[in-house]
Amino acid sequence: TLTGGDSSSTTTGSASPVPNSYESLEGGGYSDLAAPPAGVPAKQAPPFGYNYPTVHPAYQQNPAPKPDPSPSHGGYNPPGYQPYSQPFPSLSELSSALGGLGGVSEQEAETLRPVNLLQERNILPPKRAPPPEPNLSNDLRKVNCSPDTFRCTLTNIPQTQALLNKARLPLGLLLHPFRDLTQLPVITSNTIVRCRSCRTYINPFVSFLDQRRWKCNLCYRVNDVPDEFMYNPVTRSYGEPHKRPEVQNSTVEFIASSDYMLRPPQPAVYLFLLDVSHNAVESGYLNVFCQSLLDNLEKLPGDTRTHIGFVTFDSTVHFYNLQEGLSQPQMLVVSDIDDVFIPTHDSLLVNLKESKELVKDLLNALPGMFTHTRETQSALGPALQAAYKLMSPTGGRVSVFQTQLPTLGAGHLQSREDPNLRSSTKNVLHLGPATDFYKKLALDCSGQQIGVDLFLLSSQYSDLASLACVSKYSAGSVFYYPSFHHVHNPAQTQKFQKDLQRYLTRKIGFEAVMRIRCTKGLSIHTFHGNFFVRSTDLLSLANVNPDSGFAVQMSIEESLADTSLACFQAALLYTSSKGKRRIRVHTLCLPVVSQLSEVFAGADIQAISCLLANMAIDRSISSSLSDARDALVNAVVDCLTAYRANGSNIQPSGLIAPAALRLFPLYVLALLKQKALRTGTSTRLDERVFSMCELKSQPLQQIMRMVHPDLYRIDNMTEQAALHLNDSVIPQPPLLQLTAEKLTREGAFLLDCGSVMYLWVGKGCNETFIRDVLGFQNYASLPSNMTEIPELQTTYSERTRAFISWLLESRTFLPAFHVVKDDASTKTSFFQHLVEDRTESAFSYYEFLLHIQQQMSK
Amino acid sequence: MEAAVFISSLVDCCALIFLSVYFIITLSDLECDYINARSCCSKLNKWVVPEMIAQALATLLMLGSMHWFVFLLNLPVASWDVYRYVKVPVGNMGVYDPTEIHNRGQLKSHMKEAMIKLGFHLLCFFIYLYSMILALIND
Repeated sequence: TLTGGDSSSTTTGSASPVPNSYESLEGGGYSDLAAPPAGVPAKQAPPFGYNYPTVHPAYQQNPAPKPDPSPSHGGYNPPGYQPYSQPFPSLSELSSALGGLGGVSEQEAETLRPVNLLQERNILPPKRAPPPEPNLSNDLRKVNCSPDTFRCTLTNIPQTQALLNKARLPLGLLLHPFRDLTQLPVITSNTIVRCRSCRTYINPFVSFLDQRRWKCNLCYRVNDVPDEFMYNPVTRSYGEPHKRPEVQNSTVEFIASSDYMLRPPQPAVYLFLLDVSHNAVESGYLNVFCQSLLDNLEKLPGDTRTHIGFVTFDSTVHFYNLQEGLSQPQMLVVSDIDDVFIPTHDSLLVNLKESKELVKDLLNALPGMFTHTRETQSALGPALQAAYKLMSPTGGRVSVFQTQLPTLGAGHLQSREDPNLRSSTKNVLHLGPATDFYKKLALDCSGQQIGVDLFLLSSQYSDLASLACVSKYSAGSVFYYPSFHHVHNPAQTQKFQKDLQRYLTRKIGFEAVMRIRCTKGLSIHTFHGNFFVRSTDLLSLANVNPDSGFAVQMSIEESLADTSLACFQAALLYTSSKGKRRIRVHTLCLPVVSQLSEVFAGADIQAISCLLANMAIDRSISSSLSDARDALVNAVVDCLTAYRANGSNIQPSGLIAPAALRLFPLYVLALLKQKALRTGTSTRLDERVFSMCELKSQPLQQIMRMVHPDLYRIDNMTEQAALHLNDSVIPQPPLLQLTAEKLTREGAFLLDCGSVMYLWVGKGCNETFIRDVLGFQNYASLPSNMTEIPELQTTYSERTRAFISWLLESRTFLPAFHVVKDDASTKTSFFQHLVEDRTESAFSYYEFLLHIQQQMSK
Repeated sequence: MEAAVFISSLVDCCALIFLSVYFIITLSDLECDYINARSCCSKLNKWVVPEMIAQALATLLMLGSMHWFVFLLNLPVASWDVYRYVKVPVGNMGVYDPTEIHNRGQLKSHMKEAMIKLGFHLLCFFIYLYSMILALIND
């Protein structure tokens, strides 16, 4: 039945009617498979690549050759490793335990090596472990999607849901689809080859039956190769469709034709919504913001059509007429906040190029205009409604800067936090929004392709749980600077400035939709991240930016027994800031396995921890925080119990985990001690909610650094095993475990937490280090609030700075930097990150292992 | 008197059947991508309270006319309706929330719920029909 409003008919043919919604634009999922055309069976029973004699040799599944031992394997035997008596001393016994599988690769045997967690003290590898390589043939491995973009929790996909349930591990994907890429093949051809039934884009893992037909790897439908595709523009040859760039690269970008547009591509439109109440002026953020924007005005992504606008608000809403030709910006005040209207129809959002002088004048004048304001109320809701009305015709990005609880007009909020309950060990309340106003507004904005980013710079409780909804469902980002003050908190001011620099200049995509397709048999049942799920599998992203990550959970609906490879494709259709419509496609291919041990061998522990974090946050909002914490512990217990049940040995003592999962209890313990999920330690509600938002929207590397930071000793770095890049020598100190045992008074240690870095200097640290790197005579003369390392001309300083810049190389948001000496708050933050230690309300790592062991024996 | 009670509960039950069918159709439209989440949820949320009222009416009618067995049959459904309505978290846009409906299999569970209610209402329809005919005959 077709109902009114946003109706569309799903099409299976290549001739499609005029699209009137994004669902039909991007093409359907498996609902389109309902009526296969006669003569072509929709489901091919033979497995992948089988039975077709002319299949290109590259696509045959060869048994995995022995991989070269990679450098990180050298670190598997750290000093202090005690050989333990194990029932699997030899490879042959292992392979018999693996169900008689011949050809167990060395890599797989290594990941299945049993580790007794209670005995092995040093389980951290000296460098962060690379993601596990899927067990594919070399050709497939070479073209497979980069794990930085697309990562699965299990690199060996179980064949059936029953097998997945036996492993007790979550199955999901973590994506970073719009990541900044150095190399991106852009396809300029007019025809975009897609499967006729499931609309999958052609990718390196399809099979060519002969030169004229190709078989989709997601729905197994046989399609025709169009004539234009037979010609390869890169090699100028004809008749080799499998050499075309779309089939040689798993990450490609297509230039979309007008079939992929509902309307002409929109220009970049930026609106800045600024809080100018007394509180805001006190904190001094306006100065920082205006200066930052002035510096980066030229670098805002866009072209000649870029538009910009400003709206300020306190208890009324103020608009600025910036029409070209005026001698100075004109402020228009709307005081009827119950029914906000737009005072003039144009010239509130003006063309940046034409009105540049006026914009600069406004930015220079803005901080001064409100210095003597006495307004303490904040009408954020009406201001957002006004922004929505202003931007509805075009869409774009709204950046909201808020410094207090909104108290006036629609969407006003109450203070819900009880400061006495900050350290409560029982349930934490008010993690969800208090009103649906912001959610509704976010959905309206998402419908009009408006993305709302929120910068919260408040020192009091501002109900971030409700405010963040406006960004969560409109695909925006949330930034939080607790206790922001330009004088009293210079570290936050610096961080705000650096973040603004990145925020204003980073790449942006407008009016985007993303669809994730999987091989027939797999389906996605839960989505995590900042977007709105318009229909099954179709994610509506008003703005897409290179710093947000997404996660999805999958289930296995039908058995994958007749296929040996499972593929996943994420297609992101967006308008670039220059008004070009593009489609970025990533395809990942993973082997399907039928043995439980192989599932464990392919487990990607970092991806599993991130997915569990997302699930725990969902659970803590929908049910309760203690439920979520229990579920996390149960995840470890269940998984290790399943592993023990699968192995043929009876090992009553010790806690055995496969090498692939040996960091599982450590990461889960670290998660339990995160601000988002911890109990018993005083945590402000806004900081907790912000930590939850971060865990749900950051890409995987950033989350892992947040959850389990990297600790290095940097006062005695040597050139041993150093990297030599571009004339500089970058020392490679080993990663240390996060416990105060590893800290010594004679050393200086660097803790890299992703968004913040701490340099802890011991009281007895050698004075050469303090003098040569930090620029002070001795420990006593170090100031207590240093926030950067000076650039001195000593070898020590150069080496340290080279190391730190190497760490920050591919980071997009630069971390805040603190030298930890006596300042109580930085000291507390530093020591809270040492997750292996005992605190008054949480286990130490060893105690946690014992707790798990106890739970397992129940 | 008896007949009047059963006639009105029969009419009420018909309304509930139509409502369940409407819910099932709308939810399956969402599953097949014919409508989007926002319009589906706003349509369904509009009818949550009327459904609750209709179900409560049927239950009270049975209570008032002292037909205990049918009353006890209707009571769980009525209380489930009320529980579902009251337990909606404050930040959600009603029982059917467009941001959550595609998560954690909520679409499937709502569909199952609507199917079960349809089956239940059909059963009640025949019970009322039979009782009404009995009552009319005995008058």
